[in-house]
Amino acid sequence: MKFIKFLILGIVFGIVMAKSEVMSWYRIQEMFRFQSFHMYGIIGTAVTLGVIGVGLIKKFNIRDFHGNPIKFFPKEKSTARYLIGGTLFGLGWALSGACPGPMIVNIGYGFLTMIIVFFFALVGTFLYGLIKDKLPH
Amino acid sequence: MPDFITQTWPWWISGTLIAGIMFFLIYFGQSFGFSSNLRTICSAAGCGKKVKFFDFNWKSQLWNIIFLIGAMMGGLIAHQFFSTDAPMVISENTIRDLESLGFAKPTSVQPKELFSFEAAFTLKGFLLLAIGGLLVGFGSRYAGGCTSGHAISGLSNLQLPSLIAVIGFFIGGLVMTFLIFPLIF
Repeated sequence: MKFIKFLILGIVFGIVMAKSEVMSWYRIQEMFRFQSFHMYGIIGTAVTLGVIGVGLIKKFNIRDFHGNPIKFFPKEKSTARYLIGGTLFGLGWALSGACPGPMIVNIGYGFLTMIIVFFFALVGTFLYGLIKDKLPH
Repeated sequence: MPDFITQTWPWWISGTLIAGIMFFLIYFGQSFGFSSNLRTICSAAGCGKKVKFFDFNWKSQLWNIIFLIGAMMGGLIAHQFFSTDAPMVISENTIRDLESLGFAKPTSVQPKELFSFEAAFTLKGFLLLAIGGLLVGFGSRYAGGCTSGHAISGLSNLQLPSLIAVIGFFIGGLVMTFLIFPLIF
């Protein structure tokens, strides 16, 4: 039962990705061609509310559901891994029109060929794990 | 179903709900980052025996796999109960640009030129989907996160690394859209 809340949040996430069309290859094309505000509005709203909320959590030391203080861990400092990794991710995002969450939502929606994309995303993750020590980080 | 449910949800509703999901995950002691699931699945599949990167207690990430299952169910529910046959409305400029690359006017959420079975089971079509997935999987783990982990969670916490990653997302996306698409479509 302790997992049901994550199932519900996942369902809401999936419905949002579908109904705001974030799952659509066309919407990602609109974004990268700077021809629609839709995706920028979505990410912009989420980040604006996110910055305010995270700031409030830190300021008032808000505790989580278990009563533990909420901690945010700074990401490790680097430029190479974020820039190179991010660029590779962006190439794939524009080509397949889906980042990992929306891939799964697409499969649920009935676009079964997205299983190919997701399977190769797993292969890509595996390849990273295999050669990560040889890559600049 | 009322129209406001079945039609395209406005950006501010979607953005607000995404922030809400992130805060609920934080409140429940976790964080919003979807691509971690790819590593978890590799680990659960036994890759940890051969590759150290996948040798961790993947069961601690079960909550996120449950979230993934929920996301799939959400897609199914949205399609079955909250959608109509109304055509997909996108920018006229995008439609024109895509037409010059050989994509017809959108009729559904995804272009049949890429995601229909006919397209996916040609050699070229299969390779496009496979390479797209490969880049997303490799890139998200290399960068330490995807759109949810960096663009939403990381930027919300004012993390410079996440900003660098998001800049990378756009460099890659623009190169693919403007330089590579004209060569492959």
